[in-house]
Amino acid sequence: MELLEILIAAGVVLIFLVGLLVGFVRNRRRGRPPLDDQTLDAVRAREPDVGGHPGAGLDAAGLDVAGPEVLEPEVAQPPAAEPEIGEPKVAEPGVAEPVARAPLSSRERFQLRLGRARGSLGGNIASIFRRGLTEEVWEDLEESLIAADVGVEATMELVEGLRDRARAEGVRTGDQALALLKEVLRLELSVSDRSLHRRPSGPSVWLVTGVNGTGKTTSIGKLAARSAAAGETVVLAAADTFRAAASEQLQLWGERSGARVVRQASGADPAAVAFDGWQAAKADGADLLMVDTAGRLQNKRALMDELSKVKRVLERDAGPCDEVLLVLDATTGQNGLAQAKAFTEAVAVTGVVLTKLDGTAKGGIVIAIQRQLGLPVKLVGLGEDVEDLADFDPDAFVDALFSQVAQEVHVEDVEAGGDVAAGDLDQQRSGMPPRGA
Amino acid sequence: MFDALSDRLDAVFAGLRGRGKLTEQQVDEALREIRLALLEADVNFKVVRTFVARIRERAVGTEVSAALDAGQQVIKIVHDELVRILGEQSAPLDLGSRSPAVIMLAGLQGSGKTTAAGKLARLLRKKGRQPLLVACDLQRPAAVQQLRVLGEQVGVPVYAPVESGDPVAVARQAVAEARRLGAGVVIVDTAGRTNVDEELMDQATAIKAAVEPVETLFVIDAMIGQEAVTVAKAFQEAVDFTGVILSKLDGDARGGAALSVAEVTGRPIKYASIGEKLDEFEAFHPHRMAGRILGMGDVLTLIEKAEDVYTTEQAEQVQSKLLAAEFTLEDFLSQMQQLRKMGPLQGLLGMVPGMGKALKDVDLDDGQLNRVEGIIHSMTTEERRNPKLLNGKRKKRVAAGSGRSSQEVNELLRSFEQMQKMMKSLGGAKGMKAMRQLRNDPDLAGQLGGGFPGGGFPGLGDMGGGMGGAGGFGGLEGVGAGSTGPAAGRPRNKTVPKRKRKKRR
Repeated sequence: MELLEILIAAGVVLIFLVGLLVGFVRNRRRGRPPLDDQTLDAVRAREPDVGGHPGAGLDAAGLDVAGPEVLEPEVAQPPAAEPEIGEPKVAEPGVAEPVARAPLSSRERFQLRLGRARGSLGGNIASIFRRGLTEEVWEDLEESLIAADVGVEATMELVEGLRDRARAEGVRTGDQALALLKEVLRLELSVSDRSLHRRPSGPSVWLVTGVNGTGKTTSIGKLAARSAAAGETVVLAAADTFRAAASEQLQLWGERSGARVVRQASGADPAAVAFDGWQAAKADGADLLMVDTAGRLQNKRALMDELSKVKRVLERDAGPCDEVLLVLDATTGQNGLAQAKAFTEAVAVTGVVLTKLDGTAKGGIVIAIQRQLGLPVKLVGLGEDVEDLADFDPDAFVDALFSQVAQEVHVEDVEAGGDVAAGDLDQQRSGMPPRGA
Repeated sequence: MFDALSDRLDAVFAGLRGRGKLTEQQVDEALREIRLALLEADVNFKVVRTFVARIRERAVGTEVSAALDAGQQVIKIVHDELVRILGEQSAPLDLGSRSPAVIMLAGLQGSGKTTAAGKLARLLRKKGRQPLLVACDLQRPAAVQQLRVLGEQVGVPVYAPVESGDPVAVARQAVAEARRLGAGVVIVDTAGRTNVDEELMDQATAIKAAVEPVETLFVIDAMIGQEAVTVAKAFQEAVDFTGVILSKLDGDARGGAALSVAEVTGRPIKYASIGEKLDEFEAFHPHRMAGRILGMGDVLTLIEKAEDVYTTEQAEQVQSKLLAAEFTLEDFLSQMQQLRKMGPLQGLLGMVPGMGKALKDVDLDDGQLNRVEGIIHSMTTEERRNPKLLNGKRKKRVAAGSGRSSQEVNELLRSFEQMQKMMKSLGGAKGMKAMRQLRNDPDLAGQLGGGFPGGGFPGLGDMGGGMGGAGGFGGLEGVGAGSTGPAAGRPRNKTVPKRKRKKRR
């Protein structure tokens, strides 16, 4: 049990260091008013149960009492139906019936949207790789993966594996290598089950999680609109009780789609809101309950514990969540992997919603996420409109990964002579404006 | 995942000690590692290229000093260059003389503009200004309401005449409203927009033209990846921002985007958002960021986290107990529980300079900690205070109570005893000697201190280095072995602060 030894050693050393540091800093700041109690209170206010405060929720019997009659005044009854959705701009077949997910329409939309952001797909790529299969081409491939946020480690593994395959299959041109890479990526991405799971009977439960600002509430709003348009009864639980006006935001989405929104006062116990949501969904005979949670950075232990608790409390009566979705911003870099890991550990994520893919970001980190954690992307956000939340299309996604980047890499490479590792180029040649420009 | 850059560079320069010049070949090898580290930290690959080229220029032919090994030397060069790009010091907000001075915020969706607006308003109010918050995000549902709530929380008026409509008109009216209210600063919150949405980008330009802000701040998420460059350039083109707010820096992203943006736009990063609460917003520290990007220890963050859960009295008590070997399993248990409030153990250890190396092959699972806690919980108070009481029978009971094997119980007790011995000697004469040496060579201290701004943390650096040098954690025992100087932790506290106070405000 070497690990135990290390663990204890590490613990004691940390305690020692922390003590030393705090003492050190405190001494230095002596004379300032002490803020300990206040700070601690503030911390506690944000983490209701971690300090073991009695009655704050987890095991409190009060939870069971918080039945329908408690939530009645808080439940907002939306006016009639979809007053503000506005006319869909593009009359695609998938728009009229968003839930009937015809793969083709989804794909079309996917490509349409990505195309808007990136110009024509594939056009210029070919020319880069038309040359023979040189070391440069491999480097180009590597670089375009890195530029798409796939990450250094995953990129190296991918390209390494690709080289072996190229050798075995007698690939001669860069073109073929690129095609092979795309195929490999498609295969990697296509093995998963991307369906959003539902229950045979009773309200299905989806828990929506993620770090701050990735688009959880917006995604829920769009999903609700999609389900409502298919004639389903949807209940939304506003368990983000922390961020200012988060429940109002969900409320507005609920009004647009005609979904019922269950909310409580700001600062309420999110687990209780989730529980209320379930009670309301059950009472309404709803088809789907979506629980919106507060954004939280995955390294905040107390907040992650809070999230686990929300799930636990919710599942106590509702049974296992049918989907636990992690909403991930496509612009996120390597931290996305850490997010996926931490959230999976805390609430057993079942799928990823990749938002904001309509910008220039490629969202390549989901490749690393699927490789390492086997977590599939289930939905992508392609724009601000309700119908812009589409099913994930691995082919379009992979194509888009290489759209513009390859082009840029090429231009620069020609200018710079291609030697990246040596890095013997100056600012101008790399196409960067000089500092202060 | 990759090891910290310093470890990788150590491998490159293994064997090269003492005097001499860095050869091209050595530098190239090192640069490869630097390049990987920067990419891994989300620095844009093009920025990495130019950056690495500059490092190369500076590194080749550099004298290897006697005090530093080559790896440290290269890291110093990299660190200095990072700091240079990120800005030598924090850039203050320049509000000019016109009243009202308008500050406009812009950025992608979800980057944290509205929250930043609230935090900035609070900060300015604290400095005696009278800010007015203006809700120009008429895109996102309830964004206006969010700003209203934030305004209320920080005690700043919010101008939000409409929930939807033309944000340019709102912005224009806001300036008149500020005059009427006598508000000296106007903070305009705008809708999030993607850089490819021409319509919305034009709108941002129009808002800017309408209010003529003295400061236009670009809010960017510290977790953003390679796209930081494209996005920043697009926003620079549209609103020509004067500074950057780096948000969500309290996450564990390495934040290479900060470097990308600073390098590409040449605009200083002015503020960093370091938490969810409205007071967790501060001037940006380039030195800290440099260390963070390089994956070096981040002692300051550790201190900040510690301050959240520890008080001086507690800290001092723990110190004296540890040094006097009065540290019992009971203390260990309660301290570990405190410590865990600060975050996962591995993350905390990673912040200690040099520690990452000692633990690079170990995956510290917090579940293990639960088991340790379980074992200790199964002991009586007496036993925790005096583990010697634990005879075979008692150990059996403890094992059964915690659901672990008695072997594990034994292991725990033995390790704890070892640590006790080690701690007793840790602050001893060797530590003193090392510290004196460090004080005479501030440069060296800076190296060992890693991400610590400018100066360094002599005692700590030594500990970190010592651990790493001895290879693995077994080396801990060697740190202060054979020395028993009492309470040697104290002098550090007294001698170091002067230099530090200057550097850190």
